[in-house]
Amino acid sequence: MKTGIFRIISNLPLTENVYKMVLYGDVSHITAPGQFINIKIDGLYLRRPISVHDMTEDTVTIIYKVVGEGTERLSRMQKGELDIMTGLGNGYVTEDSGEKPLLIGGGVGVPPLYMLAKQLIREGKEVTVILGFNKESEVFCEKDFVSLGCNVYVTTADGSYGIKGFVTEAMKDVDYTCFYTCGPEPMLKAVYKASRTHGYFSFEERMGCGFGACMGCSCKTITGYKRICKEGPVMKKEEILWEN
Amino acid sequence: MGKLSVNLCGIDLDNPVIPASGTFGFGYEFAQYYDINMLGTFSFKGTTLEPRFGNPTPRIAECKAGLINAVGLQNPGIDKVISEELPKLKKVFNKPVMANVGGFSVSDYVTVCKRLDNEEQVGWLEVNISCPNVHAGGVNFGSDPKGAYEVISAVKKEVSKPVIAKLTPNVTDIASIAKACEDAGADGVSLINTLLGMRINLRNRKPIIANTMGGYSGPALFPVAVRMVYQVAKAVNIPVIGLGGIETAEDVLEMMMAGATAVEVGSANLVDPCACKNIIENLPKAMEKYGIENLKDIIGGVK
Repeated sequence: MKTGIFRIISNLPLTENVYKMVLYGDVSHITAPGQFINIKIDGLYLRRPISVHDMTEDTVTIIYKVVGEGTERLSRMQKGELDIMTGLGNGYVTEDSGEKPLLIGGGVGVPPLYMLAKQLIREGKEVTVILGFNKESEVFCEKDFVSLGCNVYVTTADGSYGIKGFVTEAMKDVDYTCFYTCGPEPMLKAVYKASRTHGYFSFEERMGCGFGACMGCSCKTITGYKRICKEGPVMKKEEILWEN
Repeated sequence: MGKLSVNLCGIDLDNPVIPASGTFGFGYEFAQYYDINMLGTFSFKGTTLEPRFGNPTPRIAECKAGLINAVGLQNPGIDKVISEELPKLKKVFNKPVMANVGGFSVSDYVTVCKRLDNEEQVGWLEVNISCPNVHAGGVNFGSDPKGAYEVISAVKKEVSKPVIAKLTPNVTDIASIAKACEDAGADGVSLINTLLGMRINLRNRKPIIANTMGGYSGPALFPVAVRMVYQVAKAVNIPVIGLGGIETAEDVLEMMMAGATAVEVGSANLVDPCACKNIIENLPKAMEKYGIENLKDIIGGVK
């Protein structure tokens, strides 16, 4: 974990309300795909936790949806500096992915899977990706995954693009050894039910601090109480308790 | 003794800055950012007799100049705090620590305080009679002088370490509660805990916090806290710890002039893990600016 100052390099819309921001700074504390960064935004009290989409040796990229005042302000920034905490959360592990990992993302749950896909491809795995959206105008990142060399399926709830239906529709025909998923909770629950192997889920919750101090984002799991920001946001399938 | 030092209930502090309970865990997360031995001390996560998960999520709602929390005293319980957390803490913190204690009955408080009183690492017992996020049959001991007296006098009979009563601002006359604590034998009081607050999500028209209400903290509280510390310091003859929205070295000076012997810093730690470090490092400069030679000289020095 580290707090540092990052310079905004670019901040461009990918869809009507989803933006991609590239930031320049010390990224040495980001150690795994699936981790998040916590951004201080002028005029707002709490930081905004956003997952890491990609990184280079001196930049970090985030993709975020405008959902409230914080992301709205973030979307209007074209240049300047931001105070950011990095290296937060556990992130995904790839040791037990097997040869054919499946990545399933829904909406703004898609971005953190990109850096994971990159790592899995680097490890020589055959990566399949299912990206779920509501409709064609909301689709983003498809080409990025294709360029990495992943098998990519896109689903839209209204059928305006790709396979009609939810991500679970596309899961039916895929042969996989392990899965990784991030997206809205109803989707995570559906993936949990439909999945046929072990796998990893990434969760979100309203956070106070984002680094384990305040207990604001705790959840119950089979293996005890966990903080989404510290022992999460990634949880193993077998430790999840859905009732909370 | 350094010019930042103060004496809190018989124990010298290198400086008056104390991270507040609930915002600092058991210290380890912060020890990754700086050497926490530079702190005066810190008040660890409120500990209860039994382990507690606390309230359902969402537990956090942002506000202008602060946040509402309804964590609900999540903690591993006294057994694990003694067997696991304190030994772990010993590796990163070598000063007496302030033990924060929560409870649901007088006997809960007494049992937990007695256990912690035996721990060498513990310097003070901060008895939280003011948590807004737990419901014990509607009883909040800190809401009336009688309840406060009952808890503090029962604890005082059983322990040898200094007892500090942590007070709620959600009362009509905080000075009368502080006085009752003093009469019960309290060695000090700390105030203010959070203000009871609420936010509503306009989209679904539901409270943002799952528990409906929670405790509001952050810089918005500062003037309220200064006022209450001022009132309490005039009413009692025991040390007062001032807290509520402190973010800067100047805030520390102001709180001390209002009557605080030491200060606690809460929410600021959540936004900036180095908040307390920065405050301590900025104190000498701020003192110089206002012509203060020794911090202890300004306690209650408002004219």
